[in-house]
Amino acid sequence: MTRYLRPRDLDWTLLVISLVICGVGVLQIYSATRGTVWQEAWWKQIVYIAAGLVLMWLTVTIDYHTMMNYVAYLYGLSVVALLAVLLIGKQAFGSRRWIPVAGGFHLQVSEFVKLVIILLVAHFLTELKTEDLEGRDMAKIAGLVAVPMLLVVKQPDLGTALTYVPILIVGMFLAGMRWKYLVAIGIVVLLVLPVGWTVLKDYQKARLVSFLDPDHDPRGTGYQLIQSKIAVGNGGMWGKGVTLGSQTQLRFLPVPHTDFIFSAFAEEHGFVGVIVVLALYFVLIMQIVQNAQTASDKAGVYICMGVAALLLFHVLVNVGMVVGRMPVTGIPLPLMSAGGSSVLSNFMMLGLVNNVRLRRFVN
Amino acid sequence: MNPPVIGPELEHRPTPPGKHARREDVKFAAGKIAVFQYGGVLIFLFLITGFWSLQVQNPQVYNEQAERNSIKQLPIPAPRGKILDRDGRVIVDNHSSYSLILTRENLKTEHLRTIAEGLNLDYDDLSARVRRFTSRPKYDPIIIKEELTPGDLAFVESHRDFFPEMELIPSQRRLYPQNGFAAHAIGYTGEISEEELDSPDFAKYSQGAVIGKFGIERQYNDSLMGVDGERQVVVDNRGKTRRVLANKEAIPGKDLQLTIDLDLQAVAELAMEGKNGAVVAMDPRTGEVLAMVSRPTFDPNKFAVRIKSSDWREIADNPDHPLLNRAIQAQDAPGSTFKPFVAMAGLESGAIDDQFTVHCSGGASFYGSYHKCWWKPGHGAVSLHRGIQQSCDVYFYNVGDRTGIDKIAFYANQAGLGQKTGIDLPHEAEGVVPSSAWKIRNFREKWYAGETISVAIGQGALTVTPLQLASAYCWFVNGGLWRQPHLVKGGKYREHSWPLSADNVSKVIYGTWGVVNEPGGTGVRAQLPGLNVCGKTGTAQLASNKFLAGKTGKQYEDNAWFVGFAPREAPEIVVVALYDHGGHGQFAAPVARDVLKAYFDKKARLAAARTSGRESDGELKIGRFLRFELPPSPAPPAPETKSPIIEAAYFSSDDGDDASMIRP
Repeated sequence: MTRYLRPRDLDWTLLVISLVICGVGVLQIYSATRGTVWQEAWWKQIVYIAAGLVLMWLTVTIDYHTMMNYVAYLYGLSVVALLAVLLIGKQAFGSRRWIPVAGGFHLQVSEFVKLVIILLVAHFLTELKTEDLEGRDMAKIAGLVAVPMLLVVKQPDLGTALTYVPILIVGMFLAGMRWKYLVAIGIVVLLVLPVGWTVLKDYQKARLVSFLDPDHDPRGTGYQLIQSKIAVGNGGMWGKGVTLGSQTQLRFLPVPHTDFIFSAFAEEHGFVGVIVVLALYFVLIMQIVQNAQTASDKAGVYICMGVAALLLFHVLVNVGMVVGRMPVTGIPLPLMSAGGSSVLSNFMMLGLVNNVRLRRFVN
Repeated sequence: MNPPVIGPELEHRPTPPGKHARREDVKFAAGKIAVFQYGGVLIFLFLITGFWSLQVQNPQVYNEQAERNSIKQLPIPAPRGKILDRDGRVIVDNHSSYSLILTRENLKTEHLRTIAEGLNLDYDDLSARVRRFTSRPKYDPIIIKEELTPGDLAFVESHRDFFPEMELIPSQRRLYPQNGFAAHAIGYTGEISEEELDSPDFAKYSQGAVIGKFGIERQYNDSLMGVDGERQVVVDNRGKTRRVLANKEAIPGKDLQLTIDLDLQAVAELAMEGKNGAVVAMDPRTGEVLAMVSRPTFDPNKFAVRIKSSDWREIADNPDHPLLNRAIQAQDAPGSTFKPFVAMAGLESGAIDDQFTVHCSGGASFYGSYHKCWWKPGHGAVSLHRGIQQSCDVYFYNVGDRTGIDKIAFYANQAGLGQKTGIDLPHEAEGVVPSSAWKIRNFREKWYAGETISVAIGQGALTVTPLQLASAYCWFVNGGLWRQPHLVKGGKYREHSWPLSADNVSKVIYGTWGVVNEPGGTGVRAQLPGLNVCGKTGTAQLASNKFLAGKTGKQYEDNAWFVGFAPREAPEIVVVALYDHGGHGQFAAPVARDVLKAYFDKKARLAAARTSGRESDGELKIGRFLRFELPPSPAPPAPETKSPIIEAAYFSSDDGDDASMIRP
């Protein structure tokens, strides 16, 4: 563990792709917020990205094994922080998600709890003695994840709470979950998510979302979905061009720089742009999976796969929402959506992946 | 420091024995990671198909929807032309206002209560109105309030973000004089109806257009209307205009100058107050109609926006038919006012000469039936002058009998009776001038000479409208030149001529002078000191009076006519007054007298003003009729739309002034 960490050993493919996606995001934030109250969001985003790179490096420097030794404290801290959010958090858009820190920056605690969940799951599953995952252990780890999750649901922020689930499921799957459990979970997921979703009528979808998260969307889920689909379709094959998408520029598209940034991007860059960026995300996730495959121990595998699962889920839900194939749950698109907490936590996750990578030959 | 136990059996991790063992350790999940990778591929394909179907398969659908979102056609209503009187004073004006519509694409019913409260509307009415529209096509907007007040506008502006279904549209509203002033001549406007859309006259207009429905408004609709403009704009999600794509300015409608003289019209309106009937004043030298009154009247302002059903019922159910323009639609027997034409026909055809006299003993027998004179004791020996002056029936029975129906009908037709005058108003009535040809055509029967006797005193099948009678007297005082009566200056109008002997004309006119100015004349109530007023009374016996009496149990009097003109030497104005159920023509005479007096008073005042240089003295105070009742409007009407007369109307007092000026 005394080995000198050199930046050139970082996963540069991962880093370059991430920065390209960030760049596309900044451009889109600029285009979508021109002449609005958020018009400074694009350079703030650049500051967050720079800060994210620093945090990423800091995350790399602490051995992930060390981190895992302190996972109980981190877990306890997370629960306390989430409780604090509920008690003293800043309220915005009908929910309490933020606690103020210095410099006018508000921290969205639930974003950073993701990292703790990844470490928690990795640690718990690494220490298992049995070959297959026992039902008892499954209940234990699920219960541990459920506590912060419920606190986040209470904010209410169903979308972010749901992002903890794929970390758990993928972890348990890798740990040797019995097929019968997997199939059961798979059926439930399939019913609730895409397949079930497309079977439901629009108003049923809206009702379902309203039922799960009544305060989420005061102006009408249906309106957002319709406007998003119009924006995407309006882009056509080649797109309307930067700053020229009417849905985005005239603000028919809701929050075009955060949750619906991919919709704005699709309008201004068309199907071609969509394919390019989706390909970047695909390569990004597969590069993380590749790091899992080369990890030196189980913990490293679980950490990388947790990050991959989380990002895949984010892309599925956010991009699926943009084209009306997923409910409007309001989770950001990793690395593209404007927002400090999301950018910082994403770079810290990339830090975790590099952390594992840099220690693949070391014991 | 020992970390707390969190997993099962936490103990110090043993160092793997070697590279080989470590590899096995991490290969534990290789197959499952592959499953994850395949899952990832499927998820990305799933997402791409979403974009494929939206962006590649049918982008045009969404292009259209995006355009519908952001590109709006805003109508720019063309202001309708003003209607002016002969001196250029504004009779009908416009003012612009805003209406609020609800667009139904994004209408939320739960907003209705707040909207109703904000606009002081009844919630139940509003929701009922919205429900009624549910069967209509979506693009059909619901107009929920017109004539928005400044408070309403503030409410709409401040709530636009939350209630995007509210949309403001500018609209033009017609401002008519109050109290039904000249309502029948001017008419009113209204939204185009389904039937009108199908008719060729209005084919070029589209749904929702406001067109003239009645009177001048309808007759000159095309020139008054102008052409609406349109602005194509890009709007954002709050309905704010971001960019103007195309701008087609509205072409305002042309102002229309009438021949009506507001001063005369006001006097005629006042003279008819409380009576039913009509007044027409014409200038025989031009055919211009100087005043046209029909009573009872109606308030065209009630039609100007959209008439309330209660108001409509009130007008439609009124047994006196306020919407009937009696000046051009009432067809009544002219009674004795027809006698000068019989005299002219007799003289011109040579059936009688100016020495012709008869003896009136209160009646005479013709073709086996006895016809009474209205004066039971009898007029004794009656000449042409006395026959007209005292309106002796027996004298005219004889003249008519000698002249014959076809000669009478010929001159009556020359005078413009029995046919539409062609005045520039819709729905004019024709009247009837009976003749032998007319009887064969309509009844396939021979004319009996006995029927001529009634026609000779203006009864029988003979009917005229007040306007026809006015134009006929113009013909006669012009010596046989008939001019088409008209309400708008500067048009091309017909005239025809059948020259009459000047000697005969002056003799008959002398008779009508006697009617007013000699003792025993029937029209002495029309006398004006210092002016040679001529005139003729008439009493139209109505067969329908008996019918009405039977129906309502009320005794109705005959309709009273008076035709006056002046001055005798060179007539400048002919006034016809019809006083429904007035009893006798002498009771219609004061109406005509008032108008004649107003005409000559104004003329004298204008002449005096010209010499003294004080122009304003020539005007009557008529503020009472032209006090436009402006509804509370968001912006006050632009200064240029305010005519001097409206301003005068605001500031002049009318406490009985008008009446005292006319009846000194």
